[in-house]
Parts: sequence; structure tokens; C-alpha cells
Amino acid sequence: MSILLSVDNISIAYQQQTVVKQLSFELEQGQIACLLGASGCGKTSVLRAIAGFEPIQTGQISLQQQLLSQPKQSIPAHQRRCGMVFQDYALFPHLTVAQNIAFGLQQWPAKQRQARVAELVSLVKLEAFVEQYPHQLSGGQQQRVALARALAPKPLLLLLDEPFSNLDAELRESLGLEVRALLKAENTTAILVTHDQHEAFAMADYVGVMYNGQIEQWASPYELYHQPSSRHIAQFIGEGVLVAGKRCQEDGSITLELGEIGVDVCACDAGEEVEVLIRPDDIIHDDDSLVQAKVLAKAFRGAEFLYTLELSSGTKVLSLVPSHHNHQLGEMIGIKLALDHTVAFAKMHI
Amino acid sequence: MLLRLTIYALTALVCLPLVVVLSSLWSPDPEIWAHLRGYVLPDLVRNTVYLGLGTLSLTVLLGVGLAWLTAMYQFPAANYFAWALMLPLAIPTYVLAFVQSGLFDYGGALRQFARDVGFESYLPEMRSVTGAVWVMTLAFYPYVYLLARNAFLTMGNRALEAGQSLGLSRRQGFWRLALPMARPWIAAGALLVLMETLADFGAVSILNVDTFTTAIYKAWFALFSLNTASQLASILVLIAFVLMILEQAVRGARRYTATGRHSQHYAVALTGWRAIAASLACASVLAIAFIIPLVQLMVWAYQSRQDLDSRYWGFVGHSVTLSVLAALLVVGVALLLAYGKRRLPQAHISLMVKASSLGYAIPGAVLAVGIFVPIAGLDNYLIEQFALSQSAIFKGTLVVMLLAYLVRFLAVGLQPTQSALERVSPNQELAARSLGYTGWRLVSAVHIPMMRGGLLTALLLVFVDVMKELPITLMTRPFGWDTLAVRIFEMTSEGQWQQAALPAVLLVLVGLVPVWLITHHSENKTS
Repeated sequence: MSILLSVDNISIAYQQQTVVKQLSFELEQGQIACLLGASGCGKTSVLRAIAGFEPIQTGQISLQQQLLSQPKQSIPAHQRRCGMVFQDYALFPHLTVAQNIAFGLQQWPAKQRQARVAELVSLVKLEAFVEQYPHQLSGGQQQRVALARALAPKPLLLLLDEPFSNLDAELRESLGLEVRALLKAENTTAILVTHDQHEAFAMADYVGVMYNGQIEQWASPYELYHQPSSRHIAQFIGEGVLVAGKRCQEDGSITLELGEIGVDVCACDAGEEVEVLIRPDDIIHDDDSLVQAKVLAKAFRGAEFLYTLELSSGTKVLSLVPSHHNHQLGEMIGIKLALDHTVAFAKMHI
Repeated sequence: MLLRLTIYALTALVCLPLVVVLSSLWSPDPEIWAHLRGYVLPDLVRNTVYLGLGTLSLTVLLGVGLAWLTAMYQFPAANYFAWALMLPLAIPTYVLAFVQSGLFDYGGALRQFARDVGFESYLPEMRSVTGAVWVMTLAFYPYVYLLARNAFLTMGNRALEAGQSLGLSRRQGFWRLALPMARPWIAAGALLVLMETLADFGAVSILNVDTFTTAIYKAWFALFSLNTASQLASILVLIAFVLMILEQAVRGARRYTATGRHSQHYAVALTGWRAIAASLACASVLAIAFIIPLVQLMVWAYQSRQDLDSRYWGFVGHSVTLSVLAALLVVGVALLLAYGKRRLPQAHISLMVKASSLGYAIPGAVLAVGIFVPIAGLDNYLIEQFALSQSAIFKGTLVVMLLAYLVRFLAVGLQPTQSALERVSPNQELAARSLGYTGWRLVSAVHIPMMRGGLLTALLLVFVDVMKELPITLMTRPFGWDTLAVRIFEMTSEGQWQQAALPAVLLVLVGLVPVWLITHHSENKTS
């Protein structure tokens, strides 16, 4: 597949303050990518630069081999064919749902325009609301109108700026899956910006985790969770703790300082002190296990409990346990380690 | 119960003048009407329509244009112009009217300059309907400007971005998005302008333009026919009501339009001749509407500085006394109504509170009639009933005047009072109640301290409005109670610009206070 969007080495600054630093990534036709990061990491600036709302100070952005932005020179936003779904939807309050969706189709012949609007209205399941005004719709419905409006002119690239942040948690998840199916059905290439990793995992083929104006890791959600490239990402994505370990001089295997459950986990090449990422699903509850840990805290999650456990060495770990194992705080329970693969980082010396 | 009765009584009192004026619609005097139809109305209607439409279209053009320029573009001194363009609000229309006619007058600075450059025949005659349109436009465009600017600032940018992402350039976005979306705000500003134009008395009488307000004044004080005045007032009040209903409808539309959250503001930097042209446009409006008039006023005030004697301080004293009394009265009543509306959450109470702020839509000249008629009736009744020897009891006292101010400016005081009260949450009230505070103790311990800022704003706004008020003061003042506004009116009706300038300068300075409050408030909100 050919590269559709190429963001090459771009920097963005507002009044001396650089918010995006030499950031690059590429996207193929039909892929959905997500920029994930805490607020203020620069992710929205990247999106706005691609849309043409922010100038860039270095690098270049191109779409279908056409140069969109470079320092001091850029194609105006309205000529870029980048659709955008805004965080607050930015629906036009003086226009009906149908008029909103038709807004970007002014150049189309009337017949085709009507057909396209009808197609999108049924795609987002708003047939009953075409003549209503935005203020008469619920948040989820407004969201769908915003999406339909952006998709209507068949943009080369769709940009979504925190599209679900104004919705409640339940709706967020279902709408996320729905939108992904919709984008895939239209074979739309899209970039989503969010601070919610569940949203990112549900929607995206690739996720770029942003930190301090840079992409720390660009990978599939699965890779991100299981093979985080840095300590920061390991802690940012999912739950887990970093447990100290030591490499053996002889064969390079790691001995974990997990009290009695210290196990050799894998072969490495050099000997030094490391930290190993232990996810809650890596620690299994086993009543027969000789290794006992004290329950410090527990959080009920329906199907499971997330227990915070303390080993005899004082190390704390997390464990997901089926919820029929209801233990009291302070109780000792048996556990064992079940690591499929090891994620280890060199120990930070402070 | 006491609170309820007080609210009923206050509402009745405040609505009384409206009822009185409207009732004369039901009892038309055929003789008076024949006279009005034959000799008065044709001129009045023609002047009013010309004045209204002219002012309306010019203020919208000027206000929306300037709002768009300052909201969406960066150019030299743009930030200063953004608030400075509100300054003309500080000049009462009757002051602007006499300064402009002084400037354009034979021997006036502008006409002399025009004569020197051979331009004189192009200058319009100020004392005409055209002159009135000119003056009202300069005085009232800030209403449209302020509302349109707020609309553009809060949603213009985001809407334009959405438009751009759908293939619209910024220029197309202005016509297709920003303008239609701002329509409710622009309409609200335009209606405000229309209401003020219709209600204006001072400027039109200085410029010798006959409108409904001047006709009411003449009928009363020149023909001594209170009946004719009432009949004219009833027509004007009908027009005012129509405008007010329109304004309410537009207000509803505005609520729905405010869906977009405020996005980061981003102004396009203008360069080269465009930047200079933008600066020049703002500067020339500001100069014509505010700076030149103010300088001219100061020059005249300096020339007549020997007037700065004990009589002058007497006018100041009267103005301040009246304004303070009226401000306290209005805000006191506003507090009672606002608190009552919250404590008694019933539909008819909130309707009554709303009805009691109708006075803002009623021209002062009409209100003066509406107050005077029942007071005169009451006086006559009391005198007859008790066989008293005096000819008047309440007539010609401060009571009449304060009552008229109350009706006219209750809305001005009620609005900030109500929004200040909204800041006290019902739960805070419940918390205090559960700690044993009730009644007046509750209000004085919780509400008033928390509402201090809002109440102060209310007091200031009413104070300044009363100080600038002309028709009510002129028509209902007790003998000898000349205020700054009355003094200005009397001097200007004799063409004594210099003598009028000294009190006018003071009014303009006082008038700067609410302008500062408004700009301060709106810039805080948007930054």
C-alpha cells in the first residue's frame, strides 16, 4: 500500500514555546491512527497543523505526495480536503441536520448532493432527525452529525479531535466501535486524538503515544501494551508495576526480587540491575501455591477483583482475580507468576 | 406571606403607569385624534420611520463591520480599539447632539474648516432628521458592536475552522457562517438601538426633529393637554411593546445558537495597506464619535469656566442626590424581587417579576405621563375627600420622580442583582438554614456579602443612568430641582453650547464608569 500522509520532522511553537518537537509519522490509505497523550502534550497541535490551522516551524506535511505545509508556506485549510470532527462538534446551529451534512457539498450537483446526504444520514442512523436542529439532538446524535458532515465531501483524510470526550463513558465505548466500523466501511484514512487509551485501543490500527511534543512509540495497541518501548509508556498504558530484578552474570537470565516467587524468566546478554514490568494478568491466584501475599487493597470490577498485594519482601504487585475469590483485606492468599514474555528496562539510578 | 404581599404590591405599583398609558388606548378622545391625524401624526410617523430605519441600518453596518474587524484581525492598536470603540456609550445622546450641531454649525470648527477647503456645500445640516440619524448612529452603534463582537469571538473562529475543513475560505465563511450564526446577537443589538432611538427625547429636541417623545412633551408643557400627551404616549408604548416582544424572541434564539464552546482565539494578522486601512477605519470612527466631541466639550467648558460657581455645584448636588436615592431605591426593590422570585418558585411570581422590568422598554417621556396622571388623580381625590386647602400633595415632589426612575430603571438594577443571586447556590442557602439562619438574618449573613460585587454594579449602573436621564427629570422634577441634565437641556435649547459644555463634561466622565464595567467584564470573559 502507498503512503497517504507523511508528517516529516515537524515542529510547532506558540510564542517561543515549542509544543511539538521534530515529530514524524506516516499513514497508509485506509488506516486509522491515534495520537494518545495527556493534555498539553501537543497532540491537538499536530492535528491542527495537518488540518492547516497552525503553521509549522520545521519539517513538512504531505498528503498524496502533495506538499501541504512547510515553514512559512502552506496550502490554506479549505483546499486540503482534510475533514475534521471537532471536540465540541462545531455544528452550525442555524442549519438543520441535513443542511449541516450537506454543507461541504455546495459544489456538487443537486441530485448527487441529496443522494450523498441520504447515504450518510442512513449510515449514521439519523433518518428520523434530518429536519431537526442541532440543539434538539442528544450529545451522541450531535456527534454523529459532526462525523457525517465531515465524511460527506469524501475527504482524503479525516481528523478527529477528542471526538468522544463530551459523551458519557458507556456511549463513548459503543460509539467508538461504531465509528471504527463506519470509517472502515468508507475506507477512510483517519487520525484520532485522545487522552483515553481505551478509546485509542478501540478505534485505532496504530497508536502514537505522545509525550512532551514527541511520539515516544508508534505501534499497534497490542504491541503497545505488551511491548512498551520505554518505562514511561509501560506505566502510562494499562496497569502494572515495575519490579526490581538482577541479571545473572553467567547466562543472562533475570532473577526477580519478588520475595519467594523469584523466577528465572528469560535469557539476556549482559549482567546488570533491571526492572521488569509485571501486569495484573501476569500474577495468577492459586490457593495451592506456597507463595503467600497479603491483600492490601481491592477494587471490584464486576467479573474480577483487582488486588494490590504485598509480598514478604515488601514488594507490591497487582493481580486480577476472578471475582468469586472474595478475600478480606489483610488476608494471605496464594499466588504465582505467569509471565509469557518479559519487558525489562535498565534500572534508573537516582 | 409578607414577602409575597410585598411583591404583589411592588409589581402593581411598577406596572401602574403602563396600565394608565395603555388604558388611554381604550378611551380615545375623537376630537384629539382628529387633530392628531390631521396635523401631528403624518410628520411624526414620517420622521420616526426615517429616523428608525436610518439609524438601524447604519448602526448595523458600522457595528458589525467594526466587530468583525476587531474580533478576527490583528492590526496596529487593534487591542486598544477593541475596547475604545465602546467609549461613545459614555456620551448621552443629547450631549452628542449639541456637540455635533455645534461642530457643524455656522462658525463651528468643522464648517470653518470645510469652508477653507471649499467643501462647505457637502456638509449636511445637523438640525434635521438626517442629522439625528448621524448623531444616533454614532451614539448607539456600540450596542451592535458589543453584541456582534461577543458573538464573533465566542463562535466565529470555531465556525470558520469547521467551514474551512469543509472547503470554505475564510471570506466565504464570514458570509455563510459567521454572519448567519451571529444573527440573533446582531438582531438583539439592532432592536436595542431601535428602542433607544424611539425613546430618545433630548437629541431630537435639540436637533428640532419632531418625534413622538417631543410631541408628548409639547402637548403637555406647551399645549397643557395631558390628554393629548397620553394618547400619543399610548401609540409609542405600543410600538415599544412590539419591539420588546421581538427582543424576547431573539433572546430565545440566542440561547440555542450558543452551542459551540469557546475555542482558542486566533486573529489573522493584517499586513501592509490593509493593516493601515483597518487602523484608520477604527480611529476615524472613534475620533468622530468620541474624541473630537470630547475635545470640543473641553474647549467650550474651558471658555465658560467662570460658570463653575455655587449654582453649578447646586446642579451637581441635585444630580448626585437624586441618583443616589434612585440607585438605593431601585436596587433595594430589585433585591426584594430577585429574592422573592427564588423563595417563591411559582410561575405567576416569576411572571410578575418579569412584568415589573418592562419599564426599560418604555420611553421616559411616556413614563412621565403614566406616573403623573394617577398621582394627579390621587391628589385630587385626597384633597376632595378631606377638604384640604393645598392644591397638591404628591404632585411636584421627589416621590413622583423617584417612582418614575424606579419603573424606568428597575430592569437595569434587576439584571445584575439576579445574576449575583444565582451565584448563591440553593445548597449554600440550605446549609445556612440548617445552621439556624432564617429571614433577614439569612439574607444579611449570606446573600448580601456574597452578592456584594453584583449589587455594587447594579447601584453604579442605576446611578449613572439616572444622572444622564433627561425626559423624566425634565417633566416631573419639583420646582427648582435643576440637575446637570436639565441645565444642559435648557442651555442647548437656547443655543448656548459653551454653557452646556461644563455640566456635559462631568456627565461624560461619570458615563465612562459603566462603559468601563462593560468592557472590563466582556474582555475578562473572552480572555
